[in-house]
Amino acid sequence: MNWFVQNISTAVGKKLLMAITGLGFLGFIAVHLAGNITFYFGKDAFLHYVETLHALGPVIVIVELVLLALAVIHVSTGTVLFTRNWQARKTRYAVDKSAGGRTIGSRTMPYTGFLILLFVILHLCQFHFIDRTQQTPYDAAVNTFSNIFYALIYIGAVILVGIHIRHGFWSLFQSLGLNHEKYMPAIRAVGIAFAIAAAVGFAFIPIYIRAVT
Amino acid sequence: MSSQTINLTLKVWRQNKNNPRGALETYPANNISTDMSFLEMLDVVNEELTAEGVEPIAFDHDCREGICGMCGAVVNGRAHGHMPETTLCQLHMRHFNDGDTIVIEPWRARAFPVVKDLVADSSGLDKIIQAGGYISINAGGPQDGNAIPIARDNAEKAFNAATCIGCGACVAACPNASAMLFTGAKISHLALLPQGKPEAKNRALAMVRAMDELGFGNCSNEAECEAECPKGISIREIARMNREFIKAAFS
Repeated sequence: MNWFVQNISTAVGKKLLMAITGLGFLGFIAVHLAGNITFYFGKDAFLHYVETLHALGPVIVIVELVLLALAVIHVSTGTVLFTRNWQARKTRYAVDKSAGGRTIGSRTMPYTGFLILLFVILHLCQFHFIDRTQQTPYDAAVNTFSNIFYALIYIGAVILVGIHIRHGFWSLFQSLGLNHEKYMPAIRAVGIAFAIAAAVGFAFIPIYIRAVT
Repeated sequence: MSSQTINLTLKVWRQNKNNPRGALETYPANNISTDMSFLEMLDVVNEELTAEGVEPIAFDHDCREGICGMCGAVVNGRAHGHMPETTLCQLHMRHFNDGDTIVIEPWRARAFPVVKDLVADSSGLDKIIQAGGYISINAGGPQDGNAIPIARDNAEKAFNAATCIGCGACVAACPNASAMLFTGAKISHLALLPQGKPEAKNRALAMVRAMDELGFGNCSNEAECEAECPKGISIREIARMNREFIKAAFS
């Protein structure tokens, strides 16, 4: 395994780690968003979705463990990249202008990343590590979002997720070597659409819940 | 087009053995012809500084026609200045206005230590080449030039990558001081040609490892490098390097 560790810890190897784990999260977000859409069809539809999901039993446990592993790799590699990249230029420029390559997403990648990590911890505490005999997940959502403070945190956090995806989506294809002049414009467009869909799709859930309750 | 003269204020990074930490110093640059290149403007300023008994500003230069890769400085926060696909020697003073203040700094990267003033040591790029940016040939009777068929598309792509002059603007412009555009271009132009194929795997691994050991940063796909590259090299060369690395590392 020595060759594997040696290769994966190079600058290109770390890129691949970020790309593959990021791709895993995009898949998770797509499924999570699809599931959450049942919210708009009312309490019964949502609880039916939750029951169907939990009926999968061990599959869910495996998926959760995989997601945890992805998170550990993505966050730890990202932290290493963030600190190394900061050290790679000890004296900063007195005047530093963009030539037009950077986007709001690419500029803020480590910062949105760390904030999303904090949000994920909060989200898990409020919706995952709860006593489901006391309240249904639907009630948990209604209770949480009845507090305007939490509703705003959730809306803000999913906008950060959208900004993170705006750079992360096309970037992971580039990192995996999949950049071709024929396909890259389409990949970039799908990435922006995915980012908007994720941000808007999740952000409207607290708004919807506050509107109907 | 008639020639004009403009007056400028320069804020130039000065650093030498007596001033190891370095600082920006302000100098006037008066009666600068708009037909001058940026380096010629610095020549004029240096003549005046010399006449005043001030140490002239040290800057790297050689061919002054955009092909040697020696010159380069960050001008108002942009590598080689604000004009697209030009080196500093090809940047003309007509692109500045009378009364402008111009901040001139050396390439900044941990891997490019400042030698003096605007001169940064970019020999790290040479060390990346030494790690694998070559092909090994057994010398013998010369082969017919057309004996090895090369697809025209690949020949063009290889040539585009090979236009890299190794000036270091990609590293200077990269928010992470990464050398991936340079390394990507060098790996690509050989990987695209049949002559480069036999050593492609070792080359990709060795050059990527050298890049890390020299203290360059990690690419985060900011794409500032391709926007500043005086030869317009695309980050598709970085993607090709990633493909070459994947092929080499996991097969």
